[in-house]
Amino acid sequence: MVDVLVCVKRVVDSSGEVVLTDDGQSVDGRFAGYTMSNHEECAVELAVQIASATGGTATVATLGEPEAVEQLRAALAVGCTAATHVEADPAAFGPADVARELAAVVRAHEAEGRPHDLVLLGNDAADSGDFQVGIRLAYELGRPVVNGAALVEVEDDAVVARVKSPDGRETYRVSLPAVVTVLEGGVEPRYPTVPGRMKAKKVEIEQRTPAAEPRGSKRKRLLLPPPQPSDVQVLGKGADAAPAVVDLFEKLGVLR
Amino acid sequence: MILVLVETDANGAVEVSCETITFLRRLSAEGGGVPIDAVAIGELACSPEQLASQLASYGVRDVHHATGEAFASYGGAAWAAAVQGVRQATGAVVVSAAGTPRGMEVLAHVAARTGVAMAANVVAFEGLAPFTVTRQVVGGSALEEMVLDERPAVFTVAGHAVEALPAETPAAGNLVASSPEVGAADLVARVVSSEPPPPDLSGGLKSARVVVGAGRGAGSADGFGDLLELTELLDASLGVSRVVTSLGWRPHHEQVGQTGSRISPDLYVACGISGAIQHWAGCATAKTILAVNTDAEAPMVTKAHYAVIGDLHEVVPAINEEIRRRRSAG
Ligand SMILES: Cc1cc2nc3c(=O)[nH]c(=O)nc-3n(C[C@H](O)[C@H](O)[C@H](O)COP(=O)(O)OP(=O)(O)OC[C@H]3O[C@@H](n4cnc5c(N)ncnc54)[C@H](O)[C@@H]3O)c2cc1C
Repeated sequence: MVDVLVCVKRVVDSSGEVVLTDDGQSVDGRFAGYTMSNHEECAVELAVQIASATGGTATVATLGEPEAVEQLRAALAVGCTAATHVEADPAAFGPADVARELAAVVRAHEAEGRPHDLVLLGNDAADSGDFQVGIRLAYELGRPVVNGAALVEVEDDAVVARVKSPDGRETYRVSLPAVVTVLEGGVEPRYPTVPGRMKAKKVEIEQRTPAAEPRGSKRKRLLLPPPQPSDVQVLGKGADAAPAVVDLFEKLGVLR
Repeated sequence: MILVLVETDANGAVEVSCETITFLRRLSAEGGGVPIDAVAIGELACSPEQLASQLASYGVRDVHHATGEAFASYGGAAWAAAVQGVRQATGAVVVSAAGTPRGMEVLAHVAARTGVAMAANVVAFEGLAPFTVTRQVVGGSALEEMVLDERPAVFTVAGHAVEALPAETPAAGNLVASSPEVGAADLVARVVSSEPPPPDLSGGLKSARVVVGAGRGAGSADGFGDLLELTELLDASLGVSRVVTSLGWRPHHEQVGQTGSRISPDLYVACGISGAIQHWAGCATAKTILAVNTDAEAPMVTKAHYAVIGDLHEVVPAINEEIRRRRSAG
């Protein structure tokens, strides 16, 4: 029975154009909408799989604004059964602050008699790309950490994590309790079912306040990269461009 | 002093590590010529002497080679202990590495152990002690200016932030043996086995001469008909963006990009793909890129060699038709 805590972050959906807020302090999500990072969607999937394979539980946690409850509900809708929300302005919290608050959640749950044997996080968040919250959390908790795992399984009392490396696939085997950060690509996150969504709505979300004052992220401001000079040759517009395209294919010798 | 973790292969320091050292040389020059030392860890596939002479040409003073049983297989905490050991011995005030998965991991450990901030994927810096770094965020779609006012300043340098260039005046490149102390707790999470990459199930995507790419512009799982036909007509492989795999329209093994396959075909026909930096990371080495996109300002269009502005559902069938017409005529 493995009780997993999976940590997620509400981020602006940055698959389209990225727009900054007027004060240059964050990405503007008013039009793009919000989501959870892709790595974390995979971490949630792995948490749910591990909980179900071992007869354990999967709890989801986030630190964020009140609306971050949406991302918690999304995780509940695909199989997490409990959720914790540390309500705070995420912009004020740097990676070390977030790690400390997540550690406080783990300790509080432990004190309540529901310890988490395994903590899963995303390898890095889609917005801040800090690449360190999971590792810092491991130091806070004094637990070993495996980074960038695509597949995570529990065998006996150990977590087996598989990491893609330039030379192939590396396997780690670490006794529980442990922390693992997840990189997308190993599992396909499932989609919520209608009953899953209904169930998620009814779950009572544990609300917490931050355990300490944040030290901040050291951010001065965000900017957009300057546009790159382009020397693209436009072959035409719409279907009319087809002959020019096929001329190009012939020139490149790719038509056989 | 500036300390840099180098990653190596059979040819010596890898390209991104050389880029990182080139980047650090500018920092060193700003600081009036602060020496740069490197640390390489574990058994190397190249000869340590060869590495030291290569790094000398990049302006590295001492190359600390950390060896011992603790590094027989890779572990982030053990590597961080080695970097820490050298940092303490040399009094380095800057610790850096390339922004690779390993570089990020080891430096995050170093930052956590020393209780300082870490900046990932830095592309520029300004000022000295404290200095402000500019780093890639939102997957490279935006930049963040961040102050590094603690010591050591810990940061990774984004790939291709600068071009790797040897120094005008080479440094000593002394090889220094190092056997840092690694605690038992740092050896818990280590690679226990490694295997060669699994067989390529991507239908030859990585080695394809021509790749037809499809992004969100395909519209739906059913929107691939014409694209698949073009793939067949060109004897190509299909590659897709992450949005396509995330939406479940196509399987993950077809994904091109940072977290998908890296491709370098002679021709990449990128249809309905915005060209976000993470996708670009996987296709930048294509020899010729043709973008088909409704948006003339999409990064894929502005970075491509050729473009057609229009709806792929009109453009692609017309291309297919034209190919068939020429074939039957010819
Ligand atoms: C850590 C991380 C890792 C990532 N790894 C990858 C990766 O490996 N690979 C990857 O691809 N992405 C990756 N991404 C996601 C990446 O940031 C983008 O979100 C993604 O590439 C966008 O996919 P897209 O271009 O298909 O969709 P969009 O960004 O939505 O763009 C669709 C494009 O299609 C055009 N279009 C729309 N309709 C049509 C039409 N009918 N005809 C022609 N053009 C049309 C639009 O103008 C637009 O340019 C990663 C992101 C993060 C944060």
